[in-house]
Amino acid sequence: MGYYSQRISQAAITLVAGAFVTFSVYRLMPGGPLEAIRRQLVRQMVRRTGSVDRELIAQRTQMLTGINPDTPIPIAFYEYTRDIVLYQDFGQSIAYNQPVFDVLFQAMPWSIFLSSYGLIIGYTATIVIGAVMAWYEGSKVDFGLTGFVLTMNSIPYYVVAIVMLVVLGFQYHIFPTGGRYAGHVVPGFNVPFMISVARHAAMPIISTAVVGFAAGSLQLRGNAIRVIGSDFIRSAEIRGIGTNRILTRYLTRNAILPTYTSMMVGISTLFSSSVIVERIFQYVGVGWYMFEALQLQDYPLMMGSFLFFATITTLAILFADLTYGLIDPRAGTGASRENF
Amino acid sequence: MRDDDTDYRGDGGTAEERIFGTGEQRKATRTPIREKANRTFDVYVRSPLRIAWEDWRTRIGGLLLLFYILLGTFGVYFIPEPTLNEGPTYAGAFQSLDYPLGTDNLGRGIAEKIVHATPAMLKMALAGALTTTGAGTFFGFVSGYRGGITDRVLMTITDVQAVLPGLPLIVMLAAVFTPSNPFVVGVVLAIDTWPPLARSLRSQVLTLRESDFVEAGRSLGLSSWTIIRQDLIAKLAPYILVNAAGAATRVIKASVALYFLGILPFSILNWGVMMNRAYKTGNAISAPGHAGHWLFFPALALSGLLFSLVLFSQGLDRVFNPRLRARHAESAPDEDAAPQGEVR
Repeated sequence: MGYYSQRISQAAITLVAGAFVTFSVYRLMPGGPLEAIRRQLVRQMVRRTGSVDRELIAQRTQMLTGINPDTPIPIAFYEYTRDIVLYQDFGQSIAYNQPVFDVLFQAMPWSIFLSSYGLIIGYTATIVIGAVMAWYEGSKVDFGLTGFVLTMNSIPYYVVAIVMLVVLGFQYHIFPTGGRYAGHVVPGFNVPFMISVARHAAMPIISTAVVGFAAGSLQLRGNAIRVIGSDFIRSAEIRGIGTNRILTRYLTRNAILPTYTSMMVGISTLFSSSVIVERIFQYVGVGWYMFEALQLQDYPLMMGSFLFFATITTLAILFADLTYGLIDPRAGTGASRENF
Repeated sequence: MRDDDTDYRGDGGTAEERIFGTGEQRKATRTPIREKANRTFDVYVRSPLRIAWEDWRTRIGGLLLLFYILLGTFGVYFIPEPTLNEGPTYAGAFQSLDYPLGTDNLGRGIAEKIVHATPAMLKMALAGALTTTGAGTFFGFVSGYRGGITDRVLMTITDVQAVLPGLPLIVMLAAVFTPSNPFVVGVVLAIDTWPPLARSLRSQVLTLRESDFVEAGRSLGLSSWTIIRQDLIAKLAPYILVNAAGAATRVIKASVALYFLGILPFSILNWGVMMNRAYKTGNAISAPGHAGHWLFFPALALSGLLFSLVLFSQGLDRVFNPRLRARHAESAPDEDAAPQGEVR
């Protein structure tokens, strides 16, 4: 089996296993979602008719959540995944009275939009800062940047988000304080709409970027310092190759690998953070819906948004893993790689 | 052992007994316990502390951390608990010595609330760090050392756990379990932090298991557990320690976020709970002049604690990292420093 097919099937297995674990937790939890809905139905029925019809309860629970509480977990999981794969049926949202898929589908692009820009900005900063610190090691630039990175790493992103909201949003009105775009623009391919979207997304993107911002740059610095000591860098210097070229082609490329691995692990943290970021900025994405679902006890919606996060994380990690060979030619297709 | 040598003649007849002897004679020459303790103390406590003190990061981070620990253990006895109507409601910061950081909507001192929330924060961090370290070390070491099917199974579990988006999972678990004990909160939050540690420890064990001293141990017939415990853990202990500090920061960050969002039950005093109250009842975000101090001082206390932990773990990393140590031989002398050419 080729490396790519092996990697893809591994990702698929991981995703299914993860979904199964969550599904079981969701089913088995004492006092968990299904229990709660069922108890509520029983209470209603007792109040109305004075007796309990087990069959009817199971039917109505299934209608509400797409899960019959009486079927064994593996079969129920099979039915749940079958409905998802064949009919894109994630169940019915209780609070919004719409299919979960419809609710999440229109929120998804917004969440992906925020997270991918946050990812790109955060990781670019990591690499650039790490390489610069290593190059100027021991100097004032290194010292200053190290202090800056350590400070940034110790301020949680939600604190950054709150401070930005207070200062840039409410005090100086530079950026809007919530929503995805202004009410007066017409959604579509036009300039006012795009400007509005960009302005509304600015603060959430910055705070998402802070999650991964420069987190790996100290590690990168350490690796780069080690690479700087090696002969090929010195010989490149002697040959008179420009600093920029050495920095980008020789140094960063060789030092980036361990950082790249830890970035892959960090991707899931980054996507997860949107639950908090979207909440603070009232940005209606999947994370926002997940929080709403939690507050409104809308369990099908919660399971659906959880699956969204799991899928997007798996895909991102898979993508990162498959492009590993592009970053480091030594790794080839990664078939011989033991770790990651 | 040295004294034993004279007792045996090297004629081949008793050689076997010498190698696999009962060790009776060795007892007589055993190092006195006190000297042994002294030596252990010097190797494991005094010299790391001395090296740690020489690095400005561990010095500042350690002192700051010590301050928080003292605040959480002794400080709570000296600083009175926040009571209702200590001062006027919504008093600003730095106005009175009775409530130096101002008061909240019920006239309770912000400073006292911050101090009395510290123990819970430290408990959460401790529980999270211990769980992360325990699970990460177990999974990483066993799967890296045993290999084969054990490795496959354990790493699949780790991968599944790593891919599951941590925060949404924790949000779901927290909603169902509603944990209120800070130790339990710490353990639940560690779900998100152990897989990376397990992964990286595994890769280090994979290289270490091929090294000479492990090979020697194996050929002596030592059991896997003995080798893992005595050789590998001892070798990687510094790395694990650095990671434990990192895990503590992540657990604190996540827990305060969940308290701030109001997902975890408000049963204990916590900086996140304070921020949530300021945000919800005090409108601290839209009217920072009104309740801003209520929001920002807990955030500052939080950032300070995280800063001390980050600084401490970064410094430790440097203290324990022989390669970096070698390059900075003047700040932390080390005999086995490999000479490296001057670069610039």
